[in-house]
Amino acid sequence: MEWEAPAIVLAARAHSEGDALVTVLTEGHGKHNGLARGGASRTQASTWQPGNLVQARWVARLAEQLGSMTAELVHPGAALAMDEALSLAILSSACAVADGALPEREPHPRVFAGLVQLIAGLAREADALTDLVRWEAVLLAELGYGLDLTACAVSGATAGLAWVSPKTGRAVSDAAAGEWRPRLLRLPGFLAGGNTADFEDWRDGLKLTGHFLARDAFGHQHRPLPAARHMLYDRVLTLASPD
Amino acid sequence: MGGPEVERLIGLLARLPGLGPRSARRAALKMLQQPEARMLPLARALADAARAVRPCRQCGNLDSRDPCGVCADPQRDRGSICVVEGVGDLWALERAAVHRGLYHVLGGTLSALGGTGPEDLNTAPLLARVEQGEVTEVILALGATVDGATTAHWLTERLRKLDSQARITRVGQGVPIGGALDVLDDGTLAAALRGRRAF
Repeated sequence: MEWEAPAIVLAARAHSEGDALVTVLTEGHGKHNGLARGGASRTQASTWQPGNLVQARWVARLAEQLGSMTAELVHPGAALAMDEALSLAILSSACAVADGALPEREPHPRVFAGLVQLIAGLAREADALTDLVRWEAVLLAELGYGLDLTACAVSGATAGLAWVSPKTGRAVSDAAAGEWRPRLLRLPGFLAGGNTADFEDWRDGLKLTGHFLARDAFGHQHRPLPAARHMLYDRVLTLASPD
Repeated sequence: MGGPEVERLIGLLARLPGLGPRSARRAALKMLQQPEARMLPLARALADAARAVRPCRQCGNLDSRDPCGVCADPQRDRGSICVVEGVGDLWALERAAVHRGLYHVLGGTLSALGGTGPEDLNTAPLLARVEQGEVTEVILALGATVDGATTAHWLTERLRKLDSQARITRVGQGVPIGGALDVLDDGTLAAALRGRRAF
């Protein structure tokens, strides 16, 4: 068994003295694990940093085996994000969420494409936060927990959507929200067709997708949201309300 | 082969870094062949070290004295603290004799995968030392990994919240001594170019 494909490194855990158990995300093979011999060594450790785009090659005798993985660095996403705290937090969060939420060896091309786009645009921190929230919404949809943001669940209106039901994941217009408003999650404008966003919008977006990731994608596995996702939310929360 | 004592010895040696079952067998055999010259002194040294060596309460270094030899040295520059991930990093910097200030050992880095959170790091003594006001520079000498960089950003934010004038710097990243540019990976090259300085 063998394949070779562009991949995103999601995680690398040290194994024995110089090897690493690596997890990558590919377009056609989904989330895939493998043993990288020498993956924790001085020469290879830089390749296996989460967020790097690599050309990965997986080889195993049988399909169900862990197999061994080798890779050549294509785009050093991790190194390019390291200097900026927000970029690094976005990258770490996305990799940790993909690693924890996606099932193994199940292709999700939209999730892969979205993550590639996110990593490529990390230098533009503001846009990257918009990309991240949109990517998390795509991830939820791919896992079967998609949000329905097309029309108001109460009135059927397609305009003035400002809230989301934390139970059903369906949009609610501001006019129809009424007395339920305090219980609803804010729908940021950039998820309802808008183009601009500020830190408050990103905070609301992260809170919205975070709620459904925690309840559905991770909750159904009886696992908490990754620490990196919480750290990103805390960072954006601070930026949204500095005082 | 040699009884349960020998098997236990080999098993324990094989768990040490750099040793596998084969090299552990060779080491055990060498010691067993010369117990007076090799085995008993080693056993005594191990017992002495296990009894006496403790983490320094100021910096986290391993030493039989507390404060450790580095913290107690009056010749050291007490205004400069170099923050490292582990004791191995401290020993590496001491071997190179490139830092004449003090150290602080964090005992790890923040790691989502490894489950290491801020509460698991040895940061309180560092923040207390910086807050006292004597420190003029904190050098972050953490690994150039995602976890190392995440820890550096997190620690920088904590340090900046303190009522201190200490400068926060970090070690350079880029071309290693003796290294040629054409064999470096793209990430290292990018870091080297970003970190360029006037010459």
